Amino acid sequence: MKNLYKLFSIITIIIVSNSYSFAAEKVEYLKTDWSFKGLFGKFDRASLQRGYQVYTEVCASCHSMKYLSYRNLAEKGGPEFSEVQAKAIAASFDVTDGPNSDGEMFTRPGKLSDKFVMPYENVKAAQAANGGAYPPDMSVLVKARGGGVDYIYSLLQGYEEAPSNVSLDDGVYYNKYMYGNKIRMAAPLSEGLVEYGDGTSATVEQMSKDITTFLMWSAEPHLEARHQMGFKAIVYLIILTTLVYFSMKKIWSRVKSEV
Amino acid sequence: MSDHDYRPKSKVGQWFNDRLPLLTLANHLTDYPTPKNLNYWWTFGGILTFCLITQIITGLTLAMHYIAHADMAFESVEHIMRDVNYGWLIRYIHANGASMFFLAVYIHIFRSLFYGSYKSPREIIWIIGIIIYLLMMAAAFMGYVLPWGQMSFWGATVITNLFSAIPLVGEGIVTWLWGGYSVDNPTLTRFFTLHYLIPFLILGLVILHIWALHVPGNNNPVGIDIKKPSKDTVPFHPYIVIKDGFALLMFMIVFAFFVFYAPNILGHADNYIEANPMVTPAHIVPEWYLLPFYAILRSVPDKLLGVVAMLSAILILAVLPWLDTSKIRSAVFRPLYKQFYWILVADVLILGYMGAMPAEGLYLLIARVATAYYFLHFLVILPVLGFKEKTLPIPLSITEPVLGGSPNLAAARSKESKIE
Repeated sequence: MKNLYKLFSIITIIIVSNSYSFAAEKVEYLKTDWSFKGLFGKFDRASLQRGYQVYTEVCASCHSMKYLSYRNLAEKGGPEFSEVQAKAIAASFDVTDGPNSDGEMFTRPGKLSDKFVMPYENVKAAQAANGGAYPPDMSVLVKARGGGVDYIYSLLQGYEEAPSNVSLDDGVYYNKYMYGNKIRMAAPLSEGLVEYGDGTSATVEQMSKDITTFLMWSAEPHLEARHQMGFKAIVYLIILTTLVYFSMKKIWSRVKSEV
Repeated sequence: MSDHDYRPKSKVGQWFNDRLPLLTLANHLTDYPTPKNLNYWWTFGGILTFCLITQIITGLTLAMHYIAHADMAFESVEHIMRDVNYGWLIRYIHANGASMFFLAVYIHIFRSLFYGSYKSPREIIWIIGIIIYLLMMAAAFMGYVLPWGQMSFWGATVITNLFSAIPLVGEGIVTWLWGGYSVDNPTLTRFFTLHYLIPFLILGLVILHIWALHVPGNNNPVGIDIKKPSKDTVPFHPYIVIKDGFALLMFMIVFAFFVFYAPNILGHADNYIEANPMVTPAHIVPEWYLLPFYAILRSVPDKLLGVVAMLSAILILAVLPWLDTSKIRSAVFRPLYKQFYWILVADVLILGYMGAMPAEGLYLLIARVATAYYFLHFLVILPVLGFKEKTLPIPLSITEPVLGGSPNLAAARSKESKIE
């Protein structure tokens, strides 16, 4: 036991000393209360719908979401637009289909089964239109960044005047949460940039929260189902473990009496 | 062994058993005399079997939906996560299952180190175990490549590049492994093939591992040879079955927590970025269970010697039964070894931590000291300790302390060897 304490104190010392040494360079991300965290965490439906609006009106001009389909917008656990709404959303996009019987590609209105229309034909086209920087696909973006939702939420609000000792090239902006502080994306959000249908005031903070919630869903579309099943599974396991524990005690009591 | 006398009761049973003695085997497995003082550290063998079977079943299901192609692998994983029924569940069980598998195997290995389970007459069990461990690392590494994320790609590049350290033929071997001049589609397809094959090799070796175990029987916390069957043993069923089952359920609760509430916490965020040969991640780190060996690799300045050190760190375990010269198995009766054992545990944890940190400055220095100590433990401390250490007197049987044996046994019993 004594050795165990020694061991733990060594590890604690290492971890504590390490977190001190990094404390200087690490930035604290902005915090907000995410409805999808925790044992029973669920998405805020209204926030997801607003988030979709921000995505489609702001982000979608540069960022693709190639793993999402329009049908996802009406699925359970997501923004849960009605099927009619989702169909209308899909139909508002032009989708290239084909080839038809004449061997020609043609354009038609989008259907629920279509993937989200991409802003650029390919990566090269995206780079050419953005000064060489590729706007990353946003389908799993929150899972692809170390700080997750807190990082994205902070980044969107992290644009500042560059300090005097930092020189920025053309088309490069200063963001205090970006790795290296230099980012090729201009501040995407500004007060009142979108007009929310539900009357929520479109502050930068509100839009950041909504779009980040939307991105969390797009990265983890089954998060709600996972949380629900997880709770049931763990409760089931705990009950079963308890029962097995008492059975075990009963069975092993025979050995004690024998010895 | 008494089970040779076993005869099925029914005529049909006898007829079948005379031709294929499966019933004799079943009888042997249920009656198998097991030391009754096995503590919970002994339940990890059963837990590991569960892990292997879980990985095989979830893996087979994933393989039905996964596409092993450099252009489609990443997308097919997203397809599994989004559109396959419960695909997210199957994939998260498989991905976290690998971590749980290694967690269990490390406990299993360190249990063996503490109680001297690798010593005569159990050397073959131990060596088969080390081969299983090596295959597990290969399977896990190749499995991590399959989603074709950034860490998959660059991890594969770093690890396969290690072979280029071999003098003269190194570069040629690497090209041969890749199936080209860089990690690319041919690498992915062969990794997928091997990732599919290795679990079944492991399964075969697990059967040998258990077979070899059933020859001398289990070691036990007191570490003495016991008479079987006797008052010191209980039949495997129901005693050990229910105890293993209980421990397995506890393990599954932890497992479920990761799968349902923190499925990505053990992975690296970069692996959700599709592989891009033109962009190198800032830090290339392997999965947590390979970190101690990664730290050893990086703490040696020379590439070839680093690879040699890393491989030796694992292979040295295979000769452990002969490096440890002590006749006493259990650390309970080895006061000095017990101290060194815990230092080794701390050493490996420190190495693991250093493996996750950038190899520079103080981190590198600590990693070098820890690497040196790792080898010192096996090559110097253990052989010398066997001759120098003054061990405590060992009991003659497990039941002896209960029946009021010599007084020093109470001390031994109170710590590690709980008697059920």
